[in-house]
Amino acid sequence: MNTQSLQAVLDAGHPVADHRPWPRVVVTPEIWNTLIEGLAGNVWTLLGLWGETGVVHLAVREEASGMLSVASLPCPDGCFPSVGRRHPPAQRLERTIADLMGLHPVGAPDVRPWLDHGRWPVRHPLGAATAPASPVPPYPFLPVEGESLHQIPVGPVHAGIIEPGHFRFTANGEAVARLEQRLGYVHKGIEGLLKGASLEQAAQLAGRISGDSTVAYALAFARAVEAATETEIPARAHWLRALMAELERLAHHCGDIGAICNDAAFALMLAHCAVLREQILRASAACFGHRLLMDSVIPGGVATDLPADGPDILQSLVTGIRRQFPPLVTLYDNTASLQDRTVKTGFVKPALIRQFGCGGYVGRAGGRAFDARRALGYPPYDELKFEVPLRTDSDVNGRVWLRICEVEQSLALIEQILQKLPSGPVGVALNALGRPCEGMALIEGFRGDILVWLRLNSDGTVARCHPRDPSWFQWPLLEAAIEGNIVADFPLCNKSFNGSYSGHDL
Amino acid sequence: MRKLLLQNLWRLPLTIPAPAPSGQALAELGAKVDQAARQRLGRSLAIREVDAGSCNGCELEIHALNNAFYDLERFGFHFVASPRHADVLLVTGPVTTNMREALERTYAAAPDPKWVVAIGDCGRDGGVFAKSYACAGGVAEVIPVDLHIPGCPPAPMQLLEGLLALLQVN
Ligand code: SF4
Repeated sequence: MNTQSLQAVLDAGHPVADHRPWPRVVVTPEIWNTLIEGLAGNVWTLLGLWGETGVVHLAVREEASGMLSVASLPCPDGCFPSVGRRHPPAQRLERTIADLMGLHPVGAPDVRPWLDHGRWPVRHPLGAATAPASPVPPYPFLPVEGESLHQIPVGPVHAGIIEPGHFRFTANGEAVARLEQRLGYVHKGIEGLLKGASLEQAAQLAGRISGDSTVAYALAFARAVEAATETEIPARAHWLRALMAELERLAHHCGDIGAICNDAAFALMLAHCAVLREQILRASAACFGHRLLMDSVIPGGVATDLPADGPDILQSLVTGIRRQFPPLVTLYDNTASLQDRTVKTGFVKPALIRQFGCGGYVGRAGGRAFDARRALGYPPYDELKFEVPLRTDSDVNGRVWLRICEVEQSLALIEQILQKLPSGPVGVALNALGRPCEGMALIEGFRGDILVWLRLNSDGTVARCHPRDPSWFQWPLLEAAIEGNIVADFPLCNKSFNGSYSGHDL
Repeated sequence: MRKLLLQNLWRLPLTIPAPAPSGQALAELGAKVDQAARQRLGRSLAIREVDAGSCNGCELEIHALNNAFYDLERFGFHFVASPRHADVLLVTGPVTTNMREALERTYAAAPDPKWVVAIGDCGRDGGVFAKSYACAGGVAEVIPVDLHIPGCPPAPMQLLEGLLALLQVN
């Protein structure tokens, strides 16, 4: 096990100028390998792994010190030592790097393509693009051997109104022996579109990486741009952003609590929770002009100020939910047939959650206390009072309860923001540095922590931007959660995770 | 639970009055929907939603159609799990290259007569993703489209107005 601090390890590398707010360090293969060992030994947490032409970047966080850093390994020959070989959470990210950039992770245990289904007009669209193989190569699923096993292929087109992806179940009777996911169906090439985009276009794209987290992504993107350009935004903009972020969190938590119950055929909860959700979206539209708050957070501030009647609209929303929500919680708690479906279903081992650095309600229901709002304390959360609910039961029921607790926290946060909202302008012009600069941000969306890393050209356009969805570290755990459960409980488990396909596939 | 049910029995319904069908949608449909299809399908339409690469924003608003405010089912629309049961395909997204075949196969699996409604700015022309290597750029690039409901995402009210136009020409 590694006993050096992250700082000490990275001191041996070459820091890159103009990377903010955390350091980026160019490292040697030796340092890279030390980092891998630290990740494998659970000393550090993997935050992201992405590539660009001739370089791979690894973002890590040291839990003890809270230090966050990016290590960049040049790979002029197109190869880099595999992180996934020792640290499984990196495997899908490496497969993606191989698909998009054509950089090869040496020693990787799984070299199958991930996002590239062999259908794009190019291979390695973000690297040295080449012609695709034809015909489309078959995708080998992992072999499963044993008596009386059968396979159930599901998707990409699913039965409900949800995003597409493929699930390959191997079942023994009713019990799931293995679930293997195949994602990538909604890959839109967003990182490709971001290259060369103006900040305005890029902000729009960022807000559409995963529509359900549009505020969170737009916020992460804006904060990364502001870090890169050393722009200080006015206090009121920070507070309005948090207001929007909490509205987004509240809407999804309310909606999803109902939807999870609906997957256990308890439609009453869905009906009531959907009403709450609709009320939140209507209040959002009345205050900021868009139900989902798309394009409301922009680099430099926010697009619209809260109107004069905004505080009243939101205060009565909060009061209304405070009245309507508790009876629903009681209903959930008192319905034995519903509890029977959710308790002990879809259990994820807390050790796996730690290993994967799994964030959001999946992480916090499994004992991992990380919440970027608290851990990083970005404004205005450093001035707000809130708790980070934590549980250890790590099953569907635990995830529902965690979100119930977070609803209460978000309501309290919205009230505090309304009370303390500073006055003043809601945006500033970004500094024009006139030279390339790099920035990153880590913020807490409703689903978990979203990372955005970017490099801007001297003219302010985007040279490269990599957004990392929290789902990257949640999807693999769904495979673990369903093991040994019955096939019929899959929708319940899946909904309790609510991973983003679009955010993951990019 | 009993108390909750009783309370709601006495409460005024949340459901909004039906909006008028969108004139624009009526005009687009009027030209396309043939008489035979109208007669065969009647006023009850089964909808199969297909996400062909959306950002999931459109799905959120399509979901909202089922809530107590919009209550889509009162008009005779209902969402079905299989394209085999569908009269209408509601397609979102810029049709990613990776979803193209799945969309084509879903379309082929839906029995005739059928309508295709392309949802959102993405469904219309690929929206912000139009220029990507990984997107076809609009549903009509892949399967025939009868009606477009633009917006990013279209609000439930716009979706409702568009869908009601389907019944109007019916
Ligand atoms: S139209 Fe807008 S909301 Fe709908 S899928 Fe496209 S980007 Fe998302």
